[in-house]
Amino acid sequence: MNDTSRARKVYAIERGTVIDHIPSPMALKVVQILGVQKQGILTVGMNFPSKRLGVKDIVKVENLILSSQATDRIALVAPTATINIIEGGQVVEKRPIHLPAEFKGLLRCPNPRCISNAEKVTTWFLREGAGADMAVRCVYCERVYQNPAELVV
Amino acid sequence: MDMKGRSIVSIRDFTHEEIASIVAKALEVKAGKWPQAMRGKVLATLFFEPSTRTRLSFEAAMVSMGGQVIGFADPNVSSAKKGESLADTIRTVTGYVDVIAMRHPLEGAARLASQVASVPVINAGDGANQHPTQTCLDLVTIHEEFGRLDGLTVGMLGDLKHGRTVHSLAQALSHFRSRLVLISPPSLRMPDHLKLELEAAGCAFEEVPTLESVPCKLDVLYVTRIQKERFADFQEYERVACAYRLNRETLAGACSQARIMHPLPRVDEIAEELDGTPNAIYFRQAHNGIPTRQALLGLVTGAIR
Ligand SMILES: [Zn+2]
Repeated sequence: MNDTSRARKVYAIERGTVIDHIPSPMALKVVQILGVQKQGILTVGMNFPSKRLGVKDIVKVENLILSSQATDRIALVAPTATINIIEGGQVVEKRPIHLPAEFKGLLRCPNPRCISNAEKVTTWFLREGAGADMAVRCVYCERVYQNPAELVV
Repeated sequence: MDMKGRSIVSIRDFTHEEIASIVAKALEVKAGKWPQAMRGKVLATLFFEPSTRTRLSFEAAMVSMGGQVIGFADPNVSSAKKGESLADTIRTVTGYVDVIAMRHPLEGAARLASQVASVPVINAGDGANQHPTQTCLDLVTIHEEFGRLDGLTVGMLGDLKHGRTVHSLAQALSHFRSRLVLISPPSLRMPDHLKLELEAAGCAFEEVPTLESVPCKLDVLYVTRIQKERFADFQEYERVACAYRLNRETLAGACSQARIMHPLPRVDEIAEELDGTPNAIYFRQAHNGIPTRQALLGLVTGAIR
């Protein structure tokens, strides 16, 4: 039984979104970023053995089909995640996470002198680079941060 | 190039061509080509942090081109004091004027203002972040001296860690195949993220600890102040500041022909004995603030094309 079929079968759902291959222990952070805490039945599984990751987490959101735009927001905390869209008990779409070019309302700027911490502003960061060299730049104070996952609100 | 409606928030927003054409327009304005271009236009100077020098430069620039100015010089008299948000202040003022020049103690304030204003916003300083009109006037001065911006060797001396002036100037010069020589004590070196940016832009630079160790002839030596507040220990400050002071003796060698620039006001980082030398161009640099700001005001309002 491969990873995908297990993710679907062990937590078999008729319709919804299964987020597999989340690096442990980021499942709860993923739930928080997706904002699905109160949107129907939610199953969070943690520390499953995984060939690829060693251990992985899985999040299953029933009756909610999440768009790429929504799931790409977890790129900073779970870049390895795969998204399975389930309809009629079958995987109808399987996609990886795409790293967005910008992040709006997702990160908080750690610079206390930044206007985004003083006014009611939707935070806005631009991605620079990718992989191990990835950083984000605050659109407001223009500072660059090397570990964007740490800035997730 | 049409810059009508464009805000001037950060030097980072501008391409090589845009910077070159701002400089060219400033030199046209200085030569008297655009008299009274701002007639009928109104500038708001919103200074949420006092800076008499910069504010007067903007106001003089506007008035001497036939325009008018409203605004405030002190946050204590503004509605910000009564708890109004910056965004609301800007939304209100934007209905009265053709262009806004603002200074604010918080970084990114001008970017936020440019997002909510319906008229162009010119950043006159946002905390430690940017002061793009200073950078433009620096470039105008360099172009005036050398007839070009391309391929010059520029030394930067002093506090390269905190000095936003040198940060923005380095970013701007990285478009022009410059070679930068960064001269500072180890504790006040240019931040890594800026050096990475220079590298990514293909800008050649090297870091040296003293004026004596500058490895090549400099066209320009840009001096910044080393501030007392950056040091826990006063004697340490004295020692460092003294080592980076410019006078006839320390200017010898690789820097002997260099044009000396400084954003002013200076305290004692450049000896007065240098004021009368052909090297000293810092007062001319300061005077270029007016034509440079006139060109920017004219370009963003569409009065100058
Ligand atoms: Zn910021």
